[in-house]
Amino acid sequence: MMTSTSLVYLIALPLAGSAILLLAGRRSDKWGHLLATALSASSFFVGLYQLSLMVGRTNSDRPVTQKLFEWISVGTFKIDASLMLDQLSICFVLLITGVGTLIHIYSISYMSHDPDRRRFFAFLNLFIAAMLLLVLGDSYLNLYVGWEGVGLASYLLIGFWNQKPAYATASKKAFVMNRIGDMGLSFAIMIAFATMGTVSFSGVKEAAGHTSTAALTGIGIMLLVAATGKSAQFPLQAWLGDAMAGPTPVSALIHAATMVTAGVYLITRSNFIFDAAPTAQLLVVIVGAITLMFGALIGTAKDDIKKALAASTMSQIGYMILGAGLGPVGYAFAIMHLLTHGFFKAGMFLGAGSVMHGMNDEVNMRKYGALRKFMPITFATFGLGYLAILGVPPFAGFYSKDMIIETAFNSGGAKGIILGCVTLLGAGITAFYMTRVMILTFTGKSRWDEEAHPHESPWLMWLPMAILAIGSVTSGYLLSHGDTLVNWLSPLFVNHGERAELLSPVVVSGLALAMVAIGVAIAFVKYSRNEVAAVAPTDVSIFTTIARQDLLQDRFNEAVFMQPGQALTAVLVKTDEAVIDGAVRGVGRIALGSGSALRGIQTGFVRSYAALILIGAVALIAAIWVVTQ
Amino acid sequence: MTFTAPVLNYTLLSPILILLGGALIGVLVEAFVSKALRSIVQLSLTVGTLVLSLAQVWRIHNETSMSAAMGSVIIDGPAILLQASILIISIISIFLFADTDHFTALAAALPGSEEERHSLETGNQVTEVYPLTLFAISGMMLFPIASDLITLFVALEMLSLPLYLMAGLSRRRRLASQEAALKYFLLGAFSSAFFLFGMAYLYGYSASITYAGIRESVVGGSGNDVLLLIGIAFLSIGLLFKVGAVPFHAWSPDVYQGAPTPITGFMAAATKVAAFGAMLRIYYTVFANAQWSWTPLLSVIAIITMLFGSLVAIAQRDVKRMLAYSSIAHAGFLLAGVIALNKAGLEASIFYLFAYGVATVGAFAVVTLVRDSSGEVTDLNRWKGLGKRSPWVAATFAGFLLAFAGIPLTSGFIGKFSIFSAAYESGAKGVVFAGVLSSAIAAFFYIRVIVLMFFTDATQDGTSVQLPSALTRATLVISIAITIALGVYPAPLLNVISNLSTFIR
Repeated sequence: MMTSTSLVYLIALPLAGSAILLLAGRRSDKWGHLLATALSASSFFVGLYQLSLMVGRTNSDRPVTQKLFEWISVGTFKIDASLMLDQLSICFVLLITGVGTLIHIYSISYMSHDPDRRRFFAFLNLFIAAMLLLVLGDSYLNLYVGWEGVGLASYLLIGFWNQKPAYATASKKAFVMNRIGDMGLSFAIMIAFATMGTVSFSGVKEAAGHTSTAALTGIGIMLLVAATGKSAQFPLQAWLGDAMAGPTPVSALIHAATMVTAGVYLITRSNFIFDAAPTAQLLVVIVGAITLMFGALIGTAKDDIKKALAASTMSQIGYMILGAGLGPVGYAFAIMHLLTHGFFKAGMFLGAGSVMHGMNDEVNMRKYGALRKFMPITFATFGLGYLAILGVPPFAGFYSKDMIIETAFNSGGAKGIILGCVTLLGAGITAFYMTRVMILTFTGKSRWDEEAHPHESPWLMWLPMAILAIGSVTSGYLLSHGDTLVNWLSPLFVNHGERAELLSPVVVSGLALAMVAIGVAIAFVKYSRNEVAAVAPTDVSIFTTIARQDLLQDRFNEAVFMQPGQALTAVLVKTDEAVIDGAVRGVGRIALGSGSALRGIQTGFVRSYAALILIGAVALIAAIWVVTQ
Repeated sequence: MTFTAPVLNYTLLSPILILLGGALIGVLVEAFVSKALRSIVQLSLTVGTLVLSLAQVWRIHNETSMSAAMGSVIIDGPAILLQASILIISIISIFLFADTDHFTALAAALPGSEEERHSLETGNQVTEVYPLTLFAISGMMLFPIASDLITLFVALEMLSLPLYLMAGLSRRRRLASQEAALKYFLLGAFSSAFFLFGMAYLYGYSASITYAGIRESVVGGSGNDVLLLIGIAFLSIGLLFKVGAVPFHAWSPDVYQGAPTPITGFMAAATKVAAFGAMLRIYYTVFANAQWSWTPLLSVIAIITMLFGSLVAIAQRDVKRMLAYSSIAHAGFLLAGVIALNKAGLEASIFYLFAYGVATVGAFAVVTLVRDSSGEVTDLNRWKGLGKRSPWVAATFAGFLLAFAGIPLTSGFIGKFSIFSAAYESGAKGVVFAGVLSSAIAAFFYIRVIVLMFFTDATQDGTSVQLPSALTRATLVISIAITIALGVYPAPLLNVISNLSTFIR
């Protein structure tokens, strides 16, 4: 593999920014945000430069590595800190730094009234650096460092306004649920190390061929657990909605475009494991399918614009996970949807931020309405994102989502039909709740609070939204035209050849568009025709109630994890107090007691200490006598 | 009888000679420099001497020699590493001495006497502590490079005698401090007697007092094994006493608690390096071929030491006593490195000694900062809520505790990991098992202190953290930086140690 010396700058630039801003403290208040934005942008340009180099090389020469240093070397246990940039990671690098830079620019204006803006930018840069490390690490262990790093940055940013206890709680919840996922990743690494003796991607790929299916399935399931934690997939999805407590640019960057897609990256990167472990792969598909429905259903009932978008993110990542679980044919489409989603969802989140900016930080859509006239740019950019997520041709989602639906249908047998129907139904529900968001926010009559004075956001805010909107329009076509992305990524995946087609692309597109049309129509009938109540009605069906409570995910967590956990903890604490503490105290007491008998610790007589030494000496000699007899 | 003048290689001996020279000048400073200037002059002189000595160690770091002092000392890679560790640890701990609030005004005065009150009022300071420290350090530097038993014994006394005195210099709780000094002295003398006795047996066994001579007899296996075994056992007692291994540890909690905290930190860190350095050399070279006889004994002592130290530490309510017991447990972990008797074990032990020493100095530096109106507060109950009042100081202390507990990303993890894997490689599975078990127990009480500092509400009794002086801050910053750097990126130091860690015989 070719080596490069400039990969490290990708990470070092934002990392330096974060360090400078945190260490310089208040002194950098004036220019900190500009520095952070500039460094993020430079990292993006380094990424572009790498891409230009990579395009110029032949397929097999494209991956490059850079060994940074020998990290740990104790006996036979050697780990290098190395970076690797290949066709897959360059996609992420450009997404992270590109969308990241736009969101930096947006935040300059969005956070301008916050006294802690500098700290915010320091954390944003920290996040960029950690996320880049995650996708550039050449081994599971290096990935793990980045994985924990983004977890930390996410925790810091969700709780950025931690003066509000609810926000601090939200960040803690995200942190704890992520720990469960992280535990999965560490187990996966341990199993890999125990069975294969290596944790580097290339080493594991090679060793996967002659490792038992049981071990591979174990690794695969643990990787899936990791992915469900970081990517808010069933059953670890509950934190994402609460994570919306963070400033909106954070939601756009971390909880829509980049960090939450790390699970998709992990599964795609570990394709050699999942391809050899069908059980684990099937579980991936199931998790993806459940989550895409789950998120979509929650999305239908949310009145909080950010939570509705968060539910949608969960659902869309479900599509990606499902795609990645479909094996070699699906990986590229999962990544494609990930990239297009990065554009349109980040754009919509920024749009939501722009709306909130104009509406006194109001997030309840029932108190919006008729904003189209007051925020034309936001409406236009949000609208383009809306068309993209619906999958209306020729917008981005049309290409990426339809590919996943089509692959699902064609994955064979009853599984194919079930998955196909789920993805199709999901598309319909997506159309419903996104139309609902559009209608409630931008059309109809105004239901504002009295002090609201909606206005368009400054150019620093709408410019990134506009750029992302362009991406929402064009990225799908650009990535899929002539199978650009599929061919680009194909060297990384084992090709199993073509599968029989159950449904042709045209039929799938037709079905999907029909579902979308139905969803849009229902939403129109329900929300555009009728008056929307400014206060959420309470006399609703049981289904709405359940959906409003996030399909009881918190109750589920409480019943399944928390209460047994608490009971277990209580038992453990009792055991700890009675048995372990008792034993420990007992031993301590015996030690102290026997000590005091021998050496009179209270009086501290030297003669007792000397006696102890003497006894030790005698015991030593006696032992020697015994040993040598 | 003709007397041949000794041939000395002054370059190779210069690190020790510089220290002795500095100490002698220090004595003169005591006599001739005015009281007002003495403190600052002594501090600069001591730091200067240490830095010069360290520079000299650096200059000779590639040298090896058996004949630097007529066969009495050996200069080789481990010697250089241990000497450098001792000097670095000494430099960072000497900064803590600058705060005169730790030391009594007049060490010779009876506690509570008129004389003592008078000297307190006139602002006397015990600046003698600096030359004493230099003397002790020169003994520590000689201890691990000695290559005959007489030099070894001289070095032992050279490092011990100043420490006995220094333990008695505490400004507060004079009686406890003097008691600690006396206990340390008496028990030290007692263990020295064992040590000498062991030397006599070894001489009886091999008719030689040099390492090479004894080694030859051990390899040849012609002598009387009983003499050898008793010799090893008694010599070990002297060494185990210095490192505080059970059952020869009894002095350490009392002395750690009674001595002035900067002295405790210095003593706990530097003495361990010196004593384990000597021990490694003796067991790895002189007694290596009699492994069958001492490995089982040291294994049992190591296991008892680890478990005892960790268990009893749980019951402690005083931070200095807790650190004392933790240091006993660490002596047990380090014994695992001696037992390993392979190159990995040597490397791991040297790394561990340095990492542990630095963290120990740092931890005691934090202890010096937590005070109320009557001096340091070492009662753990009054450390409650420290994290809220002084987050930086508490976080630093937490860092050292995590290092002691061996949590990843601290130097302690790398140290424990490498020392246990070396011991495991050599087949000492029981020791490793006990080591991991007691690490788990130990983690409990380290983390309990962290919980106490950060998650418990403070009691209202006016414990406060003194703002660290520039020098104390330097100690804290350097030691926490090293502790974390060695945890995150230990490879360079491990490489250096690996390249240098070969005993010459």
